[in-house]
Amino acid sequence: MEMFDQIFSLLGASIRLATPLMFAAMAGIFSERSGIVDIGLEGKMLISAFASACAAYETGSPWLGLLAGILVSVMFALMHGYASITQRGDQTISGLAVNFLASGLTVVLGHAWYGQGGLTPSVHDERFKSIILPGAEWLGENVPVVGPFYEQVISGHNILVYLAFVSVAAAYWVLFRTRFGLRLRATGEEPNAVDSAGISVAWVRYRAMIVTGVLCGCAGTYLSIAQNAAFQREMTAGRGYIALAAVIFGKWHPKGALGACLLFGFLQSLETRLQSVQLPLVGELPSQVFSAIPYIITVVLLAGFIGKAIAPKNVGVPYVKER
Amino acid sequence: MTAPAIELKAINKRFGPVWANRDIDLKVMPGTVHGIVGENGAGKSTLMSILYGFYTADTGEILVNGQNLDIRNSQQAIQAGIGMVHQHFMLVEPFTVLENVMLGMEGQAVLANARGKARKALQDIASRYGLEVDPDAIVGELPVGLQQRVEILKALYRGAKILILDEPTSVLTPQETGQLFEILESLRSQGVTVLLITHKLKEIMAITNHVSIMRAGTMVAHRETAHTSPEELAELMVGRKVLLRVDKQPAQPGEQRMEIKNLDYSDDRGVRRLKDINFNLRSGEILGVAGVSGNGQSELLKMLSGALAPNQGVMVLDTRAGHSELSAGSWRDAAEIRDLGIAHVPENRLRQALVKAFSAAENAILGYHDKPEYGETFLEPEKVVNATEVMMEAYDVRPRLPGLKTANFSGGNQQKLVLAREMLKEPDILLIGQPTRGVDIGAIEFIHRNMIAARDKGAAVLLVSVELDEILSLSDRIIVMNDGAITGEVMASETNEAELGLLMTSTAGEVPTAGNGPTGGAKAPQSEQQEEAVA
Repeated sequence: MEMFDQIFSLLGASIRLATPLMFAAMAGIFSERSGIVDIGLEGKMLISAFASACAAYETGSPWLGLLAGILVSVMFALMHGYASITQRGDQTISGLAVNFLASGLTVVLGHAWYGQGGLTPSVHDERFKSIILPGAEWLGENVPVVGPFYEQVISGHNILVYLAFVSVAAAYWVLFRTRFGLRLRATGEEPNAVDSAGISVAWVRYRAMIVTGVLCGCAGTYLSIAQNAAFQREMTAGRGYIALAAVIFGKWHPKGALGACLLFGFLQSLETRLQSVQLPLVGELPSQVFSAIPYIITVVLLAGFIGKAIAPKNVGVPYVKER
Repeated sequence: MTAPAIELKAINKRFGPVWANRDIDLKVMPGTVHGIVGENGAGKSTLMSILYGFYTADTGEILVNGQNLDIRNSQQAIQAGIGMVHQHFMLVEPFTVLENVMLGMEGQAVLANARGKARKALQDIASRYGLEVDPDAIVGELPVGLQQRVEILKALYRGAKILILDEPTSVLTPQETGQLFEILESLRSQGVTVLLITHKLKEIMAITNHVSIMRAGTMVAHRETAHTSPEELAELMVGRKVLLRVDKQPAQPGEQRMEIKNLDYSDDRGVRRLKDINFNLRSGEILGVAGVSGNGQSELLKMLSGALAPNQGVMVLDTRAGHSELSAGSWRDAAEIRDLGIAHVPENRLRQALVKAFSAAENAILGYHDKPEYGETFLEPEKVVNATEVMMEAYDVRPRLPGLKTANFSGGNQQKLVLAREMLKEPDILLIGQPTRGVDIGAIEFIHRNMIAARDKGAAVLLVSVELDEILSLSDRIIVMNDGAITGEVMASETNEAELGLLMTSTAGEVPTAGNGPTGGAKAPQSEQQEEAVA
């Protein structure tokens, strides 16, 4: 049973690590399917992690923290939207600006407000706590294999983890089963068709930006006041980019991206598990090797194993009415 | 008397200093097909964009069915019963036909029921007007003719009673054009009003009831189609008499200049773009390459001019540079091929032939810039400018300003500059793609005359064009391409549009069923025919 315990705790950790990726990847799908490249996922996660940590500390409520995180993230998303939709700017540059701004602001404000070297004061009771699902303990002790699986992998996560799975299902439903989704996908493919059908391309894209902001807000909040208990500088540590890799890996589809996020989460939990472990032949591997794996896998798999990932045709192209 | 379906009164639209539409009046009667002709830049598209709400007129009135309307966006135009089929389709390619038709008219926020309703409505419309398309087909996988049908369905689904078609036949084969006209007939008989924008006079004569002619932003005349002629329309469009037919003597083919054997090419994605191409080209003849755009003609031109190298095949050349044989392993680049006496006027002048931001003089030597006549070690600006002036004079490039930025010349004058650069060198072999694309009628006449003149001086000319009229009037011999293969070879004097159209859709080796000219799908008999023709 020792081995099962190890595997299940690894899987449980994978899910916790995959959660912010899932939120951010869904955010990326909404943005890119509407035709806006968003490398600013990282920045939006970071600023919302900061905002929610501050708000949770000040108000004593994780929910108000989440709300603050979402609001700030939506603001940043709209900033990116204004630059790329209304001003038709370069979307990569604008996304980069979002990242720099978030990275700088969080440190400056953190210093100014709390003076703890960029950290926010830790919250203990004001964070999202693990939920033990009914019967988890009993099943874990009395039913072999399935019981511990339920106890360690399914149960024992905080509410945002479950919400992340809901967001994947919701993203799928919205994109493929609703009018908004149909229009959003059409906008990323052929904005001319959308415009000539009498729909405002800009309005569709702005709404996509808002959805992206909300989802990034959840991702950031999860990092600072669910997975951890405070904000630390640069705590997103490239997760926004990994989420973007998951979007591409998953071919801009919620199901595919979910798979990619879970895989990347698993690799990350392996990373922590295998640090300072002596492996046969190679000895102790530097942790950077593991950090690089998601990117390497994305490149290698996209290069030949899962076929070509075809991006929405007009992603990254500002929409200008033709003459 | 019934009110006109559309009445435009004194429409004006300016873009900065350019007066795109000036005091335009137009009346279109319901249940008719009304043609609007004019050259590129005459203001047809602007006028239609105003009617469809893409632009707003600076001044003027729009009346639809007698009611004064203020159309500010496409949504309002759609509500007024106006539908538009754009030249470049407004279709979402990965979507199904049904999804494309629904887009913007979904009804409910959740699609579950909307799909069913749309499917039923679509089938009703399809059967009423005879426009059958599989609603679940992916649009990107449909042939162009069917995609256009989806565009028409989209408009009808939105309740359009007035349909604007912008250059609808530019992407169609003659057969597809015939089908489109049948659809338009059926629409007209059901009371739909059709506005047909085109520059093809033949189509105006074939289908319209009335025709309005535009020139340089103004409406110059309205005619009843039955009481006009192509010659009159051309004169009204250009503002002077135009020779529609190309005057030429029969070809006097000389020795063989180029022979292509078993040319095969697959692109980066592994798609086979050229399939076992064989033909020859003699001095003193124009060989036309006909086909619907995108069937390998572009790749063929790039290959022969050295921009691409084939996977297989041989090119045998007999030019001033002597006898040479290039095979797949020893292909040459564009500069080396140019040195063998081959000149190339590419299909897309702004992408392949000119640098827009350069001056005319710089473009006039592009590709020949390292020749000693423009300076030994360094370029000598005086020599370059002098040479450019000679070219501009010979090919009537206006304005005659070698220092002017190329982007500031009109399409026709840009094209004439390219032609001057390539043709004044008197190449042994001239490869020329879409010589008159986006060029006004006056310049077309000039360009055609010069191509014939080059032929008569002994050049071997390979002409690639998607305009069948151009192929038929200029070529001496015609090969037809479909799906990367040559599907037939005919003598220009013994064929017609219908036969070429059939060849354009048949597969290699298959003999078309109609036409009684020497069609010959197989390759061996063809070369025999050529021998006879030459002898």
